[in-house]
Amino acid sequence: MQIETMLTAVDWAVVVIMLPLAGGIACFLWPVMSKQLGLITVTGIALSVAGLGWRIMEHGAYRHAVGGWGAPLGIDLFADGLSLCMLIMITTVGLGISFYASSYFESRRAVWFWPIWLFLLAALNALFLSADIFNLYVTLELTGLAAVALTALTGRIDALNGAMRYLLAMLLGSLTYLLGVALLYHDAGSVDIATLAQRIEPNATVWTALGLMSAGLALKTALFPLNFWLPPAHASAPAPVSALLSALVVKASFYILLRLWLEIFGSFADNAALLLGLLGATAILWGSLQALCQTRIKLLVAYSTVAQIGYLFLAYPLASGSNDMIWSVAVYLAFSHALAKSAMFLATGNLIQFGGHDRITDLDRAVQRLPLTVAAFALAGVSIMGLPPSSGFTGKWLLLETAVTQERWDLALVIIAGGVLAAGYVFKVLGYAFTQAEKPHDAKTVSASMEWTAFLLAAGAILLGFMAPEILTLIRLDIAVNIDGKAV
Amino acid sequence: MNWSVWLPLMVVASALLPGLIIFCLPEEKVYWRTVLNLAGAFSKLLLTGWMLWGVYHGYQYEARIVFLPNLDLVLRADSLSLLFIALSSLLWLLTTIYAIGYLEGSPHRSRFFGFFSLCVTSTSGVALSGNLITFLLFYELLTLVTYPLVVHRGTEAARQAGQAYLIYTMSGGALLLLGTAWLYTLTGTLEFKPLGILHTLDEENHPALIIIFALLIAGLGVKAALVPLHGWLPQAMIAPAPVSALLHAVAVVKAGAFGIVRVVYDVFGIDFAAGLGVTEPLACLAAITILYGSLRALTQDNLKRRLAFSTVSQVSYITLGVAIAGPLASIGGVVHLVHQGLMKITLFFCAGNLAETLGIHKVREMNGVGRRMPWTMTAFTIGAFGMIGAPPIAGFVSKWYLGLGALETGEYWMIPVLVGSGLLNAVYFLPVLHRAWFRDPPDNWPKVRNFGNKETAWALLLPPVITATLALLAGVMASAWFSPLEWVKLIAQREFYRP
Amino acid sequence: MNHALLYALVGVGLFLLGFYALIIHAHLLRKILALNIMGSGVFLVLVALAKRTHDAYPDPVPHAMVITGIVIAVSATALMLVLLLKIFAKTGQAALSDRHKK
Repeated sequence: MQIETMLTAVDWAVVVIMLPLAGGIACFLWPVMSKQLGLITVTGIALSVAGLGWRIMEHGAYRHAVGGWGAPLGIDLFADGLSLCMLIMITTVGLGISFYASSYFESRRAVWFWPIWLFLLAALNALFLSADIFNLYVTLELTGLAAVALTALTGRIDALNGAMRYLLAMLLGSLTYLLGVALLYHDAGSVDIATLAQRIEPNATVWTALGLMSAGLALKTALFPLNFWLPPAHASAPAPVSALLSALVVKASFYILLRLWLEIFGSFADNAALLLGLLGATAILWGSLQALCQTRIKLLVAYSTVAQIGYLFLAYPLASGSNDMIWSVAVYLAFSHALAKSAMFLATGNLIQFGGHDRITDLDRAVQRLPLTVAAFALAGVSIMGLPPSSGFTGKWLLLETAVTQERWDLALVIIAGGVLAAGYVFKVLGYAFTQAEKPHDAKTVSASMEWTAFLLAAGAILLGFMAPEILTLIRLDIAVNIDGKAV
Repeated sequence: MNWSVWLPLMVVASALLPGLIIFCLPEEKVYWRTVLNLAGAFSKLLLTGWMLWGVYHGYQYEARIVFLPNLDLVLRADSLSLLFIALSSLLWLLTTIYAIGYLEGSPHRSRFFGFFSLCVTSTSGVALSGNLITFLLFYELLTLVTYPLVVHRGTEAARQAGQAYLIYTMSGGALLLLGTAWLYTLTGTLEFKPLGILHTLDEENHPALIIIFALLIAGLGVKAALVPLHGWLPQAMIAPAPVSALLHAVAVVKAGAFGIVRVVYDVFGIDFAAGLGVTEPLACLAAITILYGSLRALTQDNLKRRLAFSTVSQVSYITLGVAIAGPLASIGGVVHLVHQGLMKITLFFCAGNLAETLGIHKVREMNGVGRRMPWTMTAFTIGAFGMIGAPPIAGFVSKWYLGLGALETGEYWMIPVLVGSGLLNAVYFLPVLHRAWFRDPPDNWPKVRNFGNKETAWALLLPPVITATLALLAGVMASAWFSPLEWVKLIAQREFYRP
Repeated sequence: MNHALLYALVGVGLFLLGFYALIIHAHLLRKILALNIMGSGVFLVLVALAKRTHDAYPDPVPHAMVITGIVIAVSATALMLVLLLKIFAKTGQAALSDRHKK
């Protein structure tokens, strides 16, 4: 009872944001300790998210007015099942990436990696806890700036180019989003999502805002055809950074779009939803075909992200048939993709460290020489392909079932075709992992913790497939209350 | 402890656990690997025997976990699944012994035996699946875990064969997935039930059901190697002999054929399917495959490729029997699942022995090999005569029931197909036998491995001799209470044509 | 047409102008300037639309937002300039090269 009172008394949402911020500053001040400080902070975040989760499960959705001001003047933090699920995703994958990074970076780079990574975590956590569309803009910008800095970490020219392109795209996207925010504020006089949900009526201003915000966020999520910046940035970054970019950062803007749709636009914007679905379907096919053509693993995995993001957008047209379960499926798929894709990038990082390159045809019997890493790649690939038993399968099965029920045969075929194409590009890598290269290379050792991290994340993507009922219930926790527009 | 829940899980685990442990074993721990493999195989055989006894006496074995709301993963042992389980347990044991002998001293054996066990795990899962989604899960798993076995040798040719294998099976899996999802949206259930689950559907759904049937059969037909979806099978011959044996006799091809049996009898129900008019085309497709496979086998000089095309032809007997809507034909088809397994695995073991011991890969190198390796070639001869359908070997029993079934249902066109296929089988097997027994051996064999005064290692010789004996016994003692035929009659009575 | 709307339209004009420049110019400094102009355009819209009613006092919330936005724009510009300097030091030119395609 004592403990329960204590757990309730703590404002976990604030802790979840402040902890990485403080940790980041500490890492910056004491660079020698940055690895230890970083790992401690990330573990602390995991515990705080658990605390927040406990509180939401026990007492329902959670709102905290920072400094006691409250909307419309102050900043509110808000957490429901959806936010919690995203936070769990960030924490799980973040823990894996942190452990990987603690062995991956030599001390010179680690000094830069840890503070920026912790700032990024703070920004992401704040984003998922934001209750208003302007605060979402701010946190989105912080996320973008930290992500760009991490991309440029190696200082190589391709990384700098990738980072610059990334930054330009990020800023263009967020400015477009901000213009939409301005219009929406003008129309409804509030930036608070719950208030907007009650006040918004479809009119020209709202439609313009909808278009601007969606376009900006689609650019940030790298939805086809706005995906030009993603492959160079994700492929040129160091392995743990590629993993967190693909697994976590693109999900941030996706989450905002989802939140807007779920609570503000969803009731009237069916046409826009159809367009998003169409783009998503094109992304699946185009991204998969591009991945299939790549000769380097990292670019292949990056294009695979473009394709898999397409799946998330298929939820939009399917939801217009009054099926709000489909939103949970999209979030579930995002979680699944986060685990699988981070595992894939980390495994790729191992292969690069091992052979010194990432040419697919020269993998040179990696199956025997680096079995755990290849197993991680393969397991993650199973989830990406959507083969059972994996979370990718469960998610795509639910999408497919909905598409078939609504007789959207076009979408059903795209879902199926995307899976087959994904099998093509995953096994392109795996097949060459069995063969011998023409010129044998000297192999460097890869630390066991890096191999195991990749493997455990991939195994997580498989296991998540058996937890679908629980996750789907968790995501829907309290969402219904918001849909009705009642303030929590 | 509730055995009815645990037994199906234990059957699957008996192959899974040794497999997982073997992955972690270092390469040189040959002793422990062998112990684990044999322990797994024997315990699976024992558990299967237990379940056979139980199911015969009417016990229910079912394990269920929630997968999605309203959709469970189910492992259930009925008489049909036990037929397949019994076949796979028995042949797993023999193939394991064979593989231990075959791969002695070759690299990457931990990986090989690990995936080998996983392959058996998925086959057990396929056999025990109690609904279509569980079936789909294990069916796809089977694709994944056989891939490393196909590309095991790690050559460029092996990689390409693996790629072809994947393109076929993945596309097939995709069709199966689409069909399953569609079916689920119509029925809301995917359980396998005797007489099917579709009676309650309205007439207006029938066109959709026809398309679903086509999708499911196309998906399963890839693995069952129905023409024109058979292209991967001859290519996959690049794999080591135990893999080919397992792929053809037990695992992949049989999983496809078994799936067709399940879909026709337990999802659609044979009478309902016949009413839809989908069984006739399926029977025609099977007949075409039977003839086409035999014709292609005629011209193959590579022994394993000849056997591969023979598989294409023989497995379609199962489909043919299933697609004819009569109890006798069903019995003939389903019992061929076992009979073909026994005979074909014998042939592949023997082909492997020839390649390992004397370096023989081609038919034209087989002159006089019967005198050099009499036991192996005797086993081969029994298998070959069984394939032709000569009494009293198992193959005859299957064909006899298929023929009777054709007469019973008035499908007279099947008789020439059966006779023609038997003749073609004779045309491609008899010359091989003639060479082996009646021609003079050459002065030098292509590549001889010395096994002292024995004809080959005992681990290589014992399995084909046992399977050949079993194939012979399954024919001679077809009316004994423990024969596969009697069990299939029980299946037909309990599941397919329940009054 | 009232004043607020005029300012807002000018803001939209600046936004579009900046967008156009961002697309057509290859020189990175011009791209950075273009993004800053776009940002100013958005801020102008925010400030202008703050006068939502005919009351004497404009709504202070958008002004607070603009201040936050300016802070972000400054840090983003700083980051862009650092990257630009690094790229220039490595390649000798202030433009994006497409080396990743090789």
